[in-house]
Amino acid sequence: MIGRISRTAAALVVFVISVFPVYWMVLTAFKPTKDIQGATPTFLPASITLEHFGTAIAAKGFFSFWRNSLLVAGGAVLLALVVALLAAFAVARLQWKGRRAFVLMVFIAQMTPWEALLIPIYVIARDTGMLDTLWMLTLVYFMITLPFTVVTLRGFLAAIPVDLEEAAQVDGCSRGQAFRRVVFPLLAPGLLATSLFGFITAWNEFAFANVLIIKDQDDRTLPVWLSSFNNTFGTDWGATMAASTLFMLPVLLIFVVLQGRVTTGIVGGAVKG
Amino acid sequence: MTLLAERPVRATAPAGPRRRKRVVLPYLLIAPTLLATAYLLLYPLIRNVIISLQEFGLPQLVRGDAEFVGLANYARVLADPEFWGVVRRTLWFTAINVVLIMVLSTLVALLLVRLNKWLRLLVMGGLVLTWATPIIAATTVFQWLFQSRLGVVNWALTALGFEQYRGYTWFADGEATFGILVTLIVWQSIPFAALSLYAAMITVPQELYEAARIDGAGAWRVFSTITFPMLKAMFGLITCLEVIWVVKAFVQIWVISQGGPGQATTTLPVYAFQVAQSLQRYDLGAAVSMLMVVLLVLALLAYFRQLYRQEREA
Repeated sequence: MIGRISRTAAALVVFVISVFPVYWMVLTAFKPTKDIQGATPTFLPASITLEHFGTAIAAKGFFSFWRNSLLVAGGAVLLALVVALLAAFAVARLQWKGRRAFVLMVFIAQMTPWEALLIPIYVIARDTGMLDTLWMLTLVYFMITLPFTVVTLRGFLAAIPVDLEEAAQVDGCSRGQAFRRVVFPLLAPGLLATSLFGFITAWNEFAFANVLIIKDQDDRTLPVWLSSFNNTFGTDWGATMAASTLFMLPVLLIFVVLQGRVTTGIVGGAVKG
Repeated sequence: MTLLAERPVRATAPAGPRRRKRVVLPYLLIAPTLLATAYLLLYPLIRNVIISLQEFGLPQLVRGDAEFVGLANYARVLADPEFWGVVRRTLWFTAINVVLIMVLSTLVALLLVRLNKWLRLLVMGGLVLTWATPIIAATTVFQWLFQSRLGVVNWALTALGFEQYRGYTWFADGEATFGILVTLIVWQSIPFAALSLYAAMITVPQELYEAARIDGAGAWRVFSTITFPMLKAMFGLITCLEVIWVVKAFVQIWVISQGGPGQATTTLPVYAFQVAQSLQRYDLGAAVSMLMVVLLVLALLAYFRQLYRQEREA
């Protein structure tokens, strides 16, 4: 009995600690300014205002930062998906010399410490006139998500029995048709999950966006903009939290869509490659 | 997914012109991946090595006429006591973070195993929410939580009777900032580690626990004689991953403190960036980041060894 009560208490503590920062962010975003600045904070929403969201959305460049982030993350993921699907097919379905070495290369590439490559990529971008372009950022994000995409798609492909394709081929499909009509529909959930996770990685990326977009402030992405909230909102914490909430929203939606896979699939994928 | 034992692919041996196509096809399919990796990963890495062997400051960046100076940059970095201070700080930072992450995650995972379905779903939901929080959103919220005048942490500490925290400016103090960064990174890292450990723990056969309990073993004994030994490889794997992630943690530190106040939170990746960006000594920055890569490769080798073991046991 005592064991059960203490377990329940411990569970609640873990829950509160996990959730509190996010809860506080959302709560602050909806709180009227006088409540935010009150001497005693309120922990439950007493009165709700959308004023801070208005301030955040009205901030200069808000929509172009959203557009930039969407373009860069979306472009990177689409590119990674196409390139990775080809490679994953070769690895999961064909037999060739060097396959194992290739898989090992992808595994190693997945562990790249990108933080150590900030300087050379800045220099390369500068030399090739790619500095301050969203293209460069798209390419970097594409490369950051590519190894993960190959590994995960290969896993999803390997889980689809080859017999299905062969049966389709016996029934008169060409190899390409068999892939399009049989494998692709089965692969679609895997493609979706993989690309959404790639999207989150690119959406959240800060270090390269911070280094590669310098002169043209309109070309910044949301994370860089948000990191300098002091310049935009000063000490207006309500607006800052509203901007954070809006930034987190797509990520949260993706997590909700993928809820089942988040705990099982991705943990397995991340740990066991 | 297996790294060592590739799934056997059905051998096909079609005759005639198709055969040639089969031989070329896989290489065509992997060509885009290889090209991208060569240009966007391998080339920057090699370029980093080259820059670290040159004299490469702002003039060389503009004119593009850097000259090789051998290992002079490395010699200069390694002779600099400031660099060794940064290395010590990085190791200390990594040790504190990883120990806290592993201990707390293990406790959370053990708790999850023992909860009823609804509480478990609740806690897992909370962990997933933390996991889903973007780093930049988290850094922003933590700055708000620890804000001096209106921050909820100072309010709570003052309400608990710690008067010295009224209006306390956390980010002006080195150790306090260090502590906040550790809290932030541990908070962000626990979901992955705890959920992975939980997923591994439920694979341990229940009979083993029952047998131990019948023999009168306590909770600690059950953990140290059954759970831990059974999941040793998994613990090793996650520890390696956490070490790698903490050593290269850059965004949290850069956004919250830029390595300051003073040098209090300057770890290796932050130092490399500071030297390159603020002092415009790209050569020294490249040398520091190569030394960091060496450190990470050591951790990575340990990780691959664990992965190899895990595959063999699985």
